[in-house]
Amino acid sequence: MNIEVTPLPGIGVRKDFALRDGRRVGVVAQRDGKLALIVSKADDPDATLAELPLTTDEAGALATLLGAPQLVAQLAEEQRDLPGIRTGRLTIASGSPYDGRTIGDTALHSRTGVSVVAVMRAGQVRPSPLPNFTLTGGDLMIAVGTSEGLDQAFKILKYG
Amino acid sequence: MSHTALELIELGAVFLGLGLLGRLAGRIGMSPVPLYLIGGVCFGTGGLIPLNNIGDFTTLASEVGVVLLLLLLGLEYSAAELTTGLRRSWPAGVLDIVLNAAPGVAVALALGWGPVGATVLGGVTSISSSGIVAKVLADLGRLGNRETPVILSVLVFEDLAMAVYLPILTTVLIGVSFLGGLEAVALSLAVVAVVLVVALRYGRFVSAVVDSPDREVFLLKVLGTALLVAGIASALQVSAAVGAFLLGIAISGSTAENATRLLEPLRDLFAAVFFVVFGLNTDPRTIPPVLGWAVVLAVATTVTKLATGWWAAQWQGIGMLGRARAGAALIAHGEFSIVIAGLAVSYAAVPTELAALATAYVLLMAVFGPIAARVVEPVTRWARSKIPARAAAPSPGG
Repeated sequence: MNIEVTPLPGIGVRKDFALRDGRRVGVVAQRDGKLALIVSKADDPDATLAELPLTTDEAGALATLLGAPQLVAQLAEEQRDLPGIRTGRLTIASGSPYDGRTIGDTALHSRTGVSVVAVMRAGQVRPSPLPNFTLTGGDLMIAVGTSEGLDQAFKILKYG
Repeated sequence: MSHTALELIELGAVFLGLGLLGRLAGRIGMSPVPLYLIGGVCFGTGGLIPLNNIGDFTTLASEVGVVLLLLLLGLEYSAAELTTGLRRSWPAGVLDIVLNAAPGVAVALALGWGPVGATVLGGVTSISSSGIVAKVLADLGRLGNRETPVILSVLVFEDLAMAVYLPILTTVLIGVSFLGGLEAVALSLAVVAVVLVVALRYGRFVSAVVDSPDREVFLLKVLGTALLVAGIASALQVSAAVGAFLLGIAISGSTAENATRLLEPLRDLFAAVFFVVFGLNTDPRTIPPVLGWAVVLAVATTVTKLATGWWAAQWQGIGMLGRARAGAALIAHGEFSIVIAGLAVSYAAVPTELAALATAYVLLMAVFGPIAARVVEPVTRWARSKIPARAAAPSPGG
């Protein structure tokens, strides 16, 4: 992917790249830390359709949404030779009983046989988290296990 | 009533009035600069309520206003941005200066104001307001547009050109000989070059000198350094404003960001005083006779700015709508046109009509510029739909 970095003197910097259909998508990062998501118009490639201001949290959440399926697909591909093993995404909703508690507290592995292989937070991957890893609302756990195990794990995280 | 009491009351009334004008400007989404000017014109000589007691304070405060305006302009840019901008956009920048100074020079000569008047008015008409333009681009959500870097680099070039122009203007206003003028030009070019090199190589040392973790100490150090540099520059006939601008460029990184945050309110206060003082010195009775010329200048420079932006954007491979947007964005004139006119007025080397013409012109352009930037897109679309032959012509590659 060829990311184009364009300085905007006095304002900040624009980083964007062209999609397959020629439209551009990227961000404008202003000096004062403001971040905006930009998408170019279809009929006027020089103009932007939208310039969405994002907070750090919002940008992180968006990055997680965009990045997670890719990680799951990659893990699923690696486990293709092991029938019965699935890769799933488990969300820690804010207000979940485990919001603010550690992975060890969930006892997922001993209760369901499911292994947590990574946690995605604010668009970043934390691989192989230890049991003392503290979960917070908005975290996305990438877990490997059987279909039944993943279903159970989903219920445990939601209802405790 | 004691003199001090009278001074405080007048000063308070002026600031309160400016605050109300600023709020009005915010309501209707325009730059407050034209309203400050109108406020000044109303209060000044021949205006509604002459203010006589705060002259000493406002004169000095308006000088500080110019220094802060230019210091913060310099703080916005890093030396690296300036040099890369210069390399990439100099053809567009040169075209911009030549094309947009021409109407001002022509009108000044036609009115018989001679070469000094032509130098001043050419400067007034050539420099866009980077403050208004940046705000309009952000308000219209065009920061991510592809023509925006083109617009910004033209502004950068104008600002750098001003650093060379202001010292030249100063020597012209003093009325030195041709040889003395050349000497001043050479000196100012050398100073600008040296400061750019120092800022590029040793910017962090300059930053370290003024930096301080304590807000109060930092404020005093930055402000003190700026006024000191401005004063020394003024004594060397390089113009106080340019000294402040170059200091702003030399300060970089996080120091520059902190300084901007800290100085912005001070800049707004003192710059407002500067605009009012400029308005105060403009007799409202001198405006109607020059209004016709102001309209002529406004129309002419609207066309030349549109042409400049159009050409600069085309040069970078921008499509038709983007070219029109770039041209329209550059139309707004404001603070720096007044800085130039104010410098001329302070040396009393130009006729009073020039100040009136500059005021009327900036009023027109500061109001019309943002409107033009807003309506250019629908107008261009409409025009394109009316001319089917041209609608088929534009290619994305330009």
